[in-house]
Amino acid sequence: MDSTCLEPSLYTVKAVFILDNDGNRLLSKYYDPELYPTMKDQKNFESNVFSKTHKADNEIAFLEGMTIVYKSSIDLFFYVVGSAQENELMLMSVLNCLFDSLSHILRKNVERRCLLDNMEGVFLVVDEIIDGGVILESDPQQVLQKVNYRADDNPLTEQSVAQHLTEKLALTTNVLQSAKEQIKWSILK
Amino acid sequence: MIKKFDKKDEESGSGSNPFQHLEKSAVLQEARIFNETPINPRRCLHILTKIIYLLNQGEHFGTTEATEAFFAMTRLFQSNDQTLRRMCYLTIKEMANISEDVIIVTSSLTKDMTGKEDVYRGPAIRALCRITDTTMLQAIERYMKQAIVDKVPSVSSSALVSSLHMVKMSYDVVKRWVNEAQEAASSDNIMVQYHALGLLYHLRKNDRLAVTKMLNKFTKSGLKSPFAYCMLIRIASKLLDETEGGHDSPLFDFIESCLRNKNEMVVYEAASAIVHMPNCTARELAPAVSVLQLFCSSPKAALRYAAVRTLNKVAMKHPSAVTACNLDLENLITDSNRSIATLAITTLLKTGSESSVDRLMKQISSFVSEISDEFKVVVVQAISALCQKYPRKHSVMMNFLSNMLRDDGGFDYKRAIVDCIISIIEENPESKETGLAHLCEFIEDCEHTVLATKILHLLGKEGPRTPQPSKYIRFIFNRVVLESEAVRAAAVSALAKFGAQNDDLLPSVLVLMQRCMMDSDDEVRDRATFYMNVLQQKQKALNAAYIFNGLSVSIPGLEKSLHQYTLEPSEKPFDMKSVPLATTPITEQKTEIAPVATSKLPEKLGPSRQDIYQEQLAAIPEFQSLGPLFKSSEPVQLTEAETEYVVRCIKHTFARHMVFQFDCTNTLNDQLLQKVMVQMEPSEAYEVVNYIPALSLPYSQPGSCYTLVRLPDDDPTAVSCTFSCTMKYLVKDCDPNTGEPDDDGYDDEYVLEDLEVTVADHIQKVLKPNFGAAWEEVGDENEKEETFALASVRTLDEAVGNIISFLGMQPCERSDKVPENKNSHVLFLAGVFRGGHDVLVRARLALADGVTMQVTVRSSEETVVDVILASVG
Repeated sequence: MDSTCLEPSLYTVKAVFILDNDGNRLLSKYYDPELYPTMKDQKNFESNVFSKTHKADNEIAFLEGMTIVYKSSIDLFFYVVGSAQENELMLMSVLNCLFDSLSHILRKNVERRCLLDNMEGVFLVVDEIIDGGVILESDPQQVLQKVNYRADDNPLTEQSVAQHLTEKLALTTNVLQSAKEQIKWSILK
Repeated sequence: MIKKFDKKDEESGSGSNPFQHLEKSAVLQEARIFNETPINPRRCLHILTKIIYLLNQGEHFGTTEATEAFFAMTRLFQSNDQTLRRMCYLTIKEMANISEDVIIVTSSLTKDMTGKEDVYRGPAIRALCRITDTTMLQAIERYMKQAIVDKVPSVSSSALVSSLHMVKMSYDVVKRWVNEAQEAASSDNIMVQYHALGLLYHLRKNDRLAVTKMLNKFTKSGLKSPFAYCMLIRIASKLLDETEGGHDSPLFDFIESCLRNKNEMVVYEAASAIVHMPNCTARELAPAVSVLQLFCSSPKAALRYAAVRTLNKVAMKHPSAVTACNLDLENLITDSNRSIATLAITTLLKTGSESSVDRLMKQISSFVSEISDEFKVVVVQAISALCQKYPRKHSVMMNFLSNMLRDDGGFDYKRAIVDCIISIIEENPESKETGLAHLCEFIEDCEHTVLATKILHLLGKEGPRTPQPSKYIRFIFNRVVLESEAVRAAAVSALAKFGAQNDDLLPSVLVLMQRCMMDSDDEVRDRATFYMNVLQQKQKALNAAYIFNGLSVSIPGLEKSLHQYTLEPSEKPFDMKSVPLATTPITEQKTEIAPVATSKLPEKLGPSRQDIYQEQLAAIPEFQSLGPLFKSSEPVQLTEAETEYVVRCIKHTFARHMVFQFDCTNTLNDQLLQKVMVQMEPSEAYEVVNYIPALSLPYSQPGSCYTLVRLPDDDPTAVSCTFSCTMKYLVKDCDPNTGEPDDDGYDDEYVLEDLEVTVADHIQKVLKPNFGAAWEEVGDENEKEETFALASVRTLDEAVGNIISFLGMQPCERSDKVPENKNSHVLFLAGVFRGGHDVLVRARLALADGVTMQVTVRSSEETVVDVILASVG
């Protein structure tokens, strides 16, 4: 029944997945082996969820007897799935933690290309937030500290362009300096 | 700078997916560079990412190739690149089930988990536990215990969570870590606290005392983690539920105090726990409802959703408690999240007054096409409830439902609507014609066979009794022309009912039947031929028996009996009366719309309870000669709930015997009972034939013993009897922990409550969908009539309820529902008496000071009529 009490358990999260704006799976983890046991079931579920959620950014939905909280950013969709009786706010805290952590390691560039370029970081973040359906950590700061991952310099962002330039500049000054030095020494000889 | 990806990927532009055209074989080929020295961390990292990505996409890896890649990967432990090492752990976890011999990394992981690098330790523990089995677990037990109490939070959390995962596999080993978990629970880190609490609860959940102690400790000490608070609330409410503790218990106080917590998550959890408690009073609900009311105006959609969903549940049981929130709910009607809007409206429909119904329905129909099927079902449920509350509104509802029926939607949604319309039709006779018209229109274009057949059945039942039956014939016959076999067959049956009920339609129905006899499907042809022949006889009794009121036997029972009959060739024709009757009437049950949460589960049609008993009893040699089981009663408790031994009795009625099945449970853990039997002393001429004891009854394992009684042959009217029952047994004391009994025991006995056999035990309920036809079929040959005064009964409802439960017969034609404000009522009851004799009862009730009842009984057997009248008097 709908109204029965929830069995006290740490297994809060049933699934997590990240889809692109065509509904293709970029990452997904299912933690309950009884729920959608085959790949086909999982993909069906994902496409059903995607078709019902991608139009309006409504934050929460209820589909196929599951509570789903979600969030979108540019061309990415993040989903956290829990049972119908689950505390919606718990799921929300997982989703927020996932999003904030990823946003940080991708340097606020939460879009598909950047995510795919840093896929290993994404895998590690998800692994640090949820372990087998149990919420392992919900504080993005802690997650980042544990993952200890930095995205590569991405020439597309302003910030990194600036950084790149200063580095280059420093390098040229260094070269100039050493050249001067060399000339000086050669003259002195 | 090192190039991350191949040139090809770079060229295809920034929008492309670098993983899009990955080939498994190419990736595995690339994985060979794992063996190169020195290790190139960058490239290896990228290849591992590709492998995990492929696994995540559902790519299948063969055991050999997976094992090969896995072994190559183990070399990467030589590198000290942090991210690479972490990706190795991930790969180990992902491949744990597809590669062979994953345990070869055990020593590497053990080294990492006990090493100096804190960053490695937690993830290493989690990876290690993923590949460890029970035998290996012993070897790392020491490390696990240390890790649980480690001062680094990530290490401790990882160890606790991994232990929790392993409880399923090796409970006995993990149980030994309880003290460490206890120590971890007092950690300063909030996640460690939460994980320790979760593990402790899982280890102790079967020990109620330990759980209570744990709760007391944590509720007093106060936790910092909101997650842990939520967990505590759930444990507390479960405990309250199990112990049926009153709401004055400290546990309830704790949950209520959480309503004032700083964290919204905890407040919501507490409110939801209170709302879900059974039998909560309005006063206890009030604080929970008022925090939910606050949440309704939160800027967070998830919180608004959670609040309104919970309020919706409150409204089902206590609509008045939610009335205070009506204003806040009104504001949510236009919420951009349609789920929230739908829930708000359906809640308002439950709490609002009759006058607001029209407005709300208009509002909801403006966006009904935007919401998901799940919520459409919620809307239909709300409408269904509303129709029962405000029957006068049925025309608005019916209009709305018919519009919904025309829209697109899945099966569950359509079924909910059809069920709702059917229940409206049954509740309100005046809505019957519009309802049937809508349903007719629906089946014109319905892709769901189940719904089409259901509606055709309904048309067959209700259509012939409407003022203008002829207009439905067109709709039904269209099905015969257009639909699949199952629907065609159902349509033929429906047609036959029109022909049987309405003489003026008979010729046309016969013409149509003639056509159906040319159908390409066997079943349709068979049905048409059968009905054709029955209809041509023009006999009321035949029509009643074979068209209106179908078979009332249990289908698995019929199958078994026919099989038995074919095995033993005999001269006698097959006797229908030897087949056990169906226990639950198939139609006319209350339409229950599946709750949203379970709509995913498939409905199972298992064998009925009686078929199971039939099997069980047939397995006992003493009962094999008794013939088919006629009826099994509901269990009767013969002891108080909290006594040493709990005994309940099920009465099984056979043609000439009764078997009493005593289900006994021993609740003393220091006793083993042997040779348990229940001795019975009948008050009447019943004769106890045989006792079949339960050989052994260990602590908390239920066992059954039986008593066989012969019914008196000479006096068939002696149907009721009282038995005094005593349980006799041999007690052996035993060790509560091991269950090892002493060698010798002593005889003892335990007096049970008296057991009554009443007339209801001899009658099986049978549903006659068309009572009038059945009444004519039985005829007035054995009719008897008598009048009684029921002085102690005050209302017609009460009288009807009493008669039904006393006679144990099936009310027909919905006559168990007494319309309001009426002074008289007619109750129709149908049943089959032991031995296979049909019994029909018509009771006319009139309300004056008490209730006066005129009972007319018809049956195929005279003695049965006498029995019933004698027992009523």
